[in-house]
Amino acid sequence: MDWFPLYNSLRVALISTFFTFFLGIFAAHYIAKTPRFLKGLIDGVLTLPLVLPPTVIGFFLLKMIGPLGPLGSRVLEVFGFKLTMTWYSAIFATTIISFPLMYRTARGAFESFDSTLLYSGQTLGLSDTFLFWRVIMPNCKQGILAGAVLSFARALGEFGATTMVAGYIPGRTAIISTTVYQLWREGNDALAYKWVFINLVISFIVLTAVNMLENRYKQPVGAAKNHFDHED
Amino acid sequence: MSVYVKIKKSFGNFVLDTEFEAENEILALLGASGSGKSMTLKCIAGIVKPDMGRIVVDGVTLFDSEKKINLSPQERHVGLLFQNYALFPNMTVEQNLCAVIKSCGRGKDTKEKLDTLLESFYLTGLENHYPVQLSGGQQQRVALARMMASDPKIIMLDEPLSALDSYLRWQVEKELTEILEKYRGTTLYVSHNRDEVYRICRKVCVINDGRSEKVSSVDEFFNAPPTLASALLSGCKNYSKIKKLSNDTVYAVDWKTNLKCSAHVPGDAGYIGVRAHRILPLSNKHGDLNKISCRVLEIRHDLFSVIVTVVPEDADPRKEFSRIRMELPSLEDDSLRPGDSMAISIPPEMIMPLRNRII
Repeated sequence: MDWFPLYNSLRVALISTFFTFFLGIFAAHYIAKTPRFLKGLIDGVLTLPLVLPPTVIGFFLLKMIGPLGPLGSRVLEVFGFKLTMTWYSAIFATTIISFPLMYRTARGAFESFDSTLLYSGQTLGLSDTFLFWRVIMPNCKQGILAGAVLSFARALGEFGATTMVAGYIPGRTAIISTTVYQLWREGNDALAYKWVFINLVISFIVLTAVNMLENRYKQPVGAAKNHFDHED
Repeated sequence: MSVYVKIKKSFGNFVLDTEFEAENEILALLGASGSGKSMTLKCIAGIVKPDMGRIVVDGVTLFDSEKKINLSPQERHVGLLFQNYALFPNMTVEQNLCAVIKSCGRGKDTKEKLDTLLESFYLTGLENHYPVQLSGGQQQRVALARMMASDPKIIMLDEPLSALDSYLRWQVEKELTEILEKYRGTTLYVSHNRDEVYRICRKVCVINDGRSEKVSSVDEFFNAPPTLASALLSGCKNYSKIKKLSNDTVYAVDWKTNLKCSAHVPGDAGYIGVRAHRILPLSNKHGDLNKISCRVLEIRHDLFSVIVTVVPEDADPRKEFSRIRMELPSLEDDSLRPGDSMAISIPPEMIMPLRNRII
């Protein structure tokens, strides 16, 4: 059995999660500060990939980074390589598609963050950078990690936009989802079942990871309850 | 150390318009909830930007709308203790304190400074506890220690005792008073609790519906509150609208009677106030001075006192100001029932003339 689709899927999903992680946090953090009327507009645009059919995203992407698109043609001209039909083409698609999940969960976490912590830190003379990394981020950890895991899962399962920009080239651009589709078309049910099973295993691991993260996060609070009774 | 504040800020219909000054003393900002006390502190700390005005601490202008000065909270060196203490929940007591000690640029003697703080705020042994593992009083001490670690020029406490259970409050208040006495700078103490203010503070600035009144000493505030709003906040229970008849006689409109006052009645006084425990049932020793014939509306037995609500015979009992509330240590006449008549006497020296507002 050729393991390339698994390797490629994980590679694409991990790299796109890396991008969405920072882009999502960055967007969520700055959007929270913008004035309300602007907020609604930007928020709508950033959430669009969540509601649009992936094929529409794929279509736009091809128009942009395809060999004839404004971006694709420039890159081809200057650097001499194509942005479509390669393994990394899928990263563009999965990053855009999984971005809203990261962005929205991170924004929810930032919005429920107790802003008096930030204000008190500022009056104590702590820099905004320190407060962001050492106070805001740790206290929003749960939401941010949940967002990252969701984006990873979404990136792993992406099909529509990815087939359009990366196609299905065995050993080069094949990922699990496109492989299952291809195997079904060929009538190779036995192998298709194997990949379906692998997909289930990965999903199970991801969900277990989320649960474990959440439990570890909750533990100190639970342990503290007992302390409270006999102190002071 | 000193602070001067004169700011205006509007939020929709609500207008915050405060002005006060404080030296090395504990100044209470007393007001009902929603009157703008906390907002005033936030403006001083630089968290909220006033529409206009000036804030000067220790000779340094923190905010001046005309000169376009608006320092960041970090540059202001003003300590603000939040109502919920705002300890960083992800850090231990030690980490909470060290974050501030280090950022103040004393990297070398961090350990030494930390130990001093832990000791003077009775926190030794709690270094590795997280905020959720501490009691309310301990959390407050950590927050105070953390604030002091930043070396603030003035400190501001926003309802510091309101988050505590009542049985803890007395002990924590005692500790807080000790800490505040050691601190030599200016302290602004926000509260809506007059007893707390009386025990802890030396001066009071009343904030009523966003507007501040003149700063007065605590004694002056409780003995002779200048305005109706101050009197309400100082806990006075009985009021009547008045018509001034002479310098020492008024007609109490709500009680439908003439009253003699010991205090000089200013020309713009619109009300009088009398504290509930200063009104007495009429007995022989008073004579007929300031006698009001009343009807008993209600008798309530409190833990250590009896609260009798009466209404003057001629007054309308449905009007709130018509009712007179008395707090007596005990009731001499056990047979007194609602509906009975009862004569009361208001000692002239206990009548406080009140203005509507001081401009």
